[in-house]
Amino acid sequence: MKTFSYTITDEIGIHARPAGLLVKEAKKYNSIITVSVGDKQADATKLMALMSLGVKNGQTVEVSVEGDDESIAFDNVMNFFRENL
Amino acid sequence: MQCFEGKSVYKGIVMGPITVWKKNDYKVKRHRVDNVTQEFARLKKAIECSKEQLQRLYDKAVLEVGETSAAIFEVHRMMLEDEDYLDAVQNMIQTEQINAEFAVAMTGDNFAKMFAEMDDDYMKARAADVKDISERLVRNLCGLEDFDLNTSDMSIVVADDLTPSETVRMDKNKILAFVTVHGSTNSHTAILARMMNIPALVGVELDLDTLQNGMTAIVDGFEGKIVLEPDDVMKNNAITKISEEKNKLQLLQELKGEENVTKSGRRIDIYANIGSVIDIGYVLENDAGGIGLFRSEFLYLGRNDFPTEEEQYQAYKQAAQMMAGKKVVIRTLDVGADKQVEYFNLGKEENPALGYRAIRICLKQPDIFKAQLRALFRAAVYGNVSVMYPMITSKEEVKQIYSIVEEVKEELNNQEIPYKVPEQGIMIETPAAVMISDELAEMVDFLSIGTNDLTQYTLAIDRQNEKLDDFYNPHHKAILKMIQMVVDNAHKCGKWVGICGELGADVELTEEFVRMGVDELSVAPSMILRLRKLVRDMKV
Repeated sequence: MKTFSYTITDEIGIHARPAGLLVKEAKKYNSIITVSVGDKQADATKLMALMSLGVKNGQTVEVSVEGDDESIAFDNVMNFFRENL
Repeated sequence: MQCFEGKSVYKGIVMGPITVWKKNDYKVKRHRVDNVTQEFARLKKAIECSKEQLQRLYDKAVLEVGETSAAIFEVHRMMLEDEDYLDAVQNMIQTEQINAEFAVAMTGDNFAKMFAEMDDDYMKARAADVKDISERLVRNLCGLEDFDLNTSDMSIVVADDLTPSETVRMDKNKILAFVTVHGSTNSHTAILARMMNIPALVGVELDLDTLQNGMTAIVDGFEGKIVLEPDDVMKNNAITKISEEKNKLQLLQELKGEENVTKSGRRIDIYANIGSVIDIGYVLENDAGGIGLFRSEFLYLGRNDFPTEEEQYQAYKQAAQMMAGKKVVIRTLDVGADKQVEYFNLGKEENPALGYRAIRICLKQPDIFKAQLRALFRAAVYGNVSVMYPMITSKEEVKQIYSIVEEVKEELNNQEIPYKVPEQGIMIETPAAVMISDELAEMVDFLSIGTNDLTQYTLAIDRQNEKLDDFYNPHHKAILKMIQMVVDNAHKCGKWVGICGELGADVELTEEFVRMGVDELSVAPSMILRLRKLVRDMKV
């Protein structure tokens, strides 16, 4: 399992559009990708769960990637966060 | 054959099939199902169908408003693929042995509630998205047609009433005419119909439940009549009338490129009112001298979130470029009152027409206003843009606007973003503004009289209340005196003055306006050549 932390810079946080794009990205991999903030966590392939985390600008999320393609998934998902959130 | 009468909004005549636009006021009933597998299959089919509809909506929105605004439909489609949501629905069907409609409605309510309870305004507003997809699913489960007109051919849209956001979603190329049971001649459907040159009737006492999609109808805007299932005689009459109309319109086309000058040499500018960049096609087609009113609020309607500065900038820039040096007067955000937008969270008001609307919102929520001003100032570099502020009642408001304008300029300077401060004017649409128009005129570059609101406020008549249509006298002497007063006050300071309400297109008043010295009339594109003909035939 690989994990990284990321502090959200998007003005409205993880809102509908980037959450949708993240789901799309996460579904490309076999790995289970989990986004956590505080004591809440969500599977990155589940749109409503992701949105219901209510992650705001300035909050730091923990992202964990676990599975047979975790190396590539880790790199791409981290890039995704940097570019979109 | 049945004939119904209504108030005509645009004089034209068409014949074609009808599409009945029904509101989703159906009630979802709970009932027990024995065959759960069959219920799952129905659910699956409805999901597929919903996804296809959303894909079509997305494709259409990309073309019309761009990818960023269209993304909401893609998000909706992904919500329909959400495992938690689908698991919840399926679980409910299986464990409680209930029908799919009910399970979807309940799950939708639960998820919507979850979002509504979050302590974040943006996420709270997402409850509407969950409700939207759940309603779409239920609609498809019940076999009700989606009311996007994308799949059907050209048709006459028959509805109870239409909201601005509903009309935004329609494919304008497929509408032959509008017929509504409610709505006044000043409603947004009416404005849209005039824009598009299509006949429209309002206040027609039809029972929508007795109508079927595809029934043939004739809509005659000259006589204010709709005929359902006409006989052959009626049909032939209609065909003759339609071709006569076509010839008349062709004659008007010959006036393209001519000037709006009376026989004695007085001239008046005739500009167009538009609601979105797409309408510029109609503007150019009808040879307008410019755009006298670009209703920017249409950028804010029919969506779930504010348009970004960039999106607005692109739209305004495109308008400026397409008009190639001709004047483009863009009115800043005018929502509130009869134009409600959910994500603004304006709240219920006892008296919205006298409430929190237009410039009042912009001054109280300067972030929204600034984003728009930045977009406008940036776009002004690309053409002849003017900015117009709505619902002004005092000099203090203009001063406040100017101080926000200064902040915007400073920000753009600091960021080294190219911009131009456009010509700035205000709308005169309250009796207060009329009375102090001498002082206001000194502060601004131009005045534009919005006759719809001015009439509503002066005569104390709600323009959305169709019961009052009989009391609504747009030619009331009070209004005409006010217009004269504003024209005189503007001219004393050397400022130009226009009329951009529906009155501007009132052919019975055109001569009077020319006499008064009005500099510009801004009207629906369809009226431009008609007014030009009138002006050119005038002896004034």
